[in-house]
Amino acid sequence: MAQQEKKLKLYSHWRSSCSCRIRIALNLKGLEYQYIPVNLFKGEQLSPEFKKLNPIGYVPVLVDGAMVISDSFAICMYLEEKYPQHPLLPSDLQTRAINLQVASIVCSSIQPLQNLAALVGRYIEEKVSPDETIPWAKFHIENGFEALEKLLKDHAGRYATGDEVFMADLFLAPQIDAGIKRFNVDMAKFPLLSRLNEAYNGLPQFQNAMPEKQPDAPSA
Amino acid sequence: MAHQEKKLKLYSFWRSSCSCRIRIALNLKGLEYQYIPVNLLKGEQFSPEFQKLNPVGFVPVLVDGDMLISDSFAICMYLEEKYPQHPLLPSDLQTRALTQLPGSKYRLLQHKTSSESSSIGSSLIEVASFMYSFQKYIEAKVSPDEKIPWAKFHIEKGFEAIEKLLKDHAGRYATGDEVFMADLFLAPQLHAGIKKFNVDMAKFPLLSRLYEAYNELPQFQNAMPEKQPDAPSA
Repeated sequence: MAQQEKKLKLYSHWRSSCSCRIRIALNLKGLEYQYIPVNLFKGEQLSPEFKKLNPIGYVPVLVDGAMVISDSFAICMYLEEKYPQHPLLPSDLQTRAINLQVASIVCSSIQPLQNLAALVGRYIEEKVSPDETIPWAKFHIENGFEALEKLLKDHAGRYATGDEVFMADLFLAPQIDAGIKRFNVDMAKFPLLSRLNEAYNGLPQFQNAMPEKQPDAPSA
Repeated sequence: MAHQEKKLKLYSFWRSSCSCRIRIALNLKGLEYQYIPVNLLKGEQFSPEFQKLNPVGFVPVLVDGDMLISDSFAICMYLEEKYPQHPLLPSDLQTRALTQLPGSKYRLLQHKTSSESSSIGSSLIEVASFMYSFQKYIEAKVSPDEKIPWAKFHIEKGFEAIEKLLKDHAGRYATGDEVFMADLFLAPQLHAGIKKFNVDMAKFPLLSRLYEAYNELPQFQNAMPEKQPDAPSA
């Protein structure tokens, strides 16, 4: 089967939860894309080629013809505007706001800390002890999850903000996955998030976006 | 002068840069609001009353009649849709109307830069806030002298990133010659970086220039921490 030139290109790393959000978004909107791996462990995000695309050196980056967009939040909003099928934001203003709030909490208050754990880890490892890194990240992730559990209590339905999948779910799913698989988060404390995680496990658009399923994931 | 019931209420803390963003937004849109202070240093965000408003315990929170919105990004987007005067997102040649939101127009090209720098700005300042908790950790486990340099180092990295991102887009302001959402997120962050973290601004000529530009705008200046009703008296 000839590989057609796909208009959309996604620079992604298999384990990056920020990239995972966009992989889910593209799946939900039924958008085909060319997956271009950036090996963060080997520092490929710092290469001159990648820096031309995104001087900040982060994944994901979406290329859509002449448009180059970085940052998962910005990419979500772009996709939402350019490809309105399967809307990522509901029309009700209050529910919209909750979705944006969840995305913001994950983006700003949780994910950077797990990223920071890598930076901090080396620091803590050197200055304190190698055993402290995971507990520190786990503590902060669990704090974030506690906040989300409270926030969503009065809004969740089958999914985070009702009975349809919206932006909040895109941000939650990769974060919960990472929390469980990488940081030993104790999900017993988060019954709502646990239930949502089960719901996401039932959706192919989410499952196909998960780290282990990506072309650049290490073979089993 | 009789105190009229103001429809909009903002729960805010004078020093909170997230609250500052919304104070700027409200000023730009010419929206009057009732300022309700939440003393974060005294833990008022954990009171049962405030937790009813925002179980996450963060400021700012905007109350608009029945609508209750937390998180500065979500509040910005809400204000943008409900009060379209002085748009916070730019329009461009490819303006599109989306049918699910009557009356809204969506913009593409420059929106992405606004969203990108807002998102980066937001994430960076949050990281900076969490650095506070890490600072305490370092203080406890390593030494009190390690914390400020460490925080400063990481904030400067963030500023370096934004300096690069905006290089090809800035005009008089962050993304052109008009004030947009990116400026709302940058201004409080620059203010905090300079005043609280002793960031070396000589390394950031573009951000320095933007900071000067924000200093000229009353809507920005009136939103700054020192000007708020709950700021400590001089």
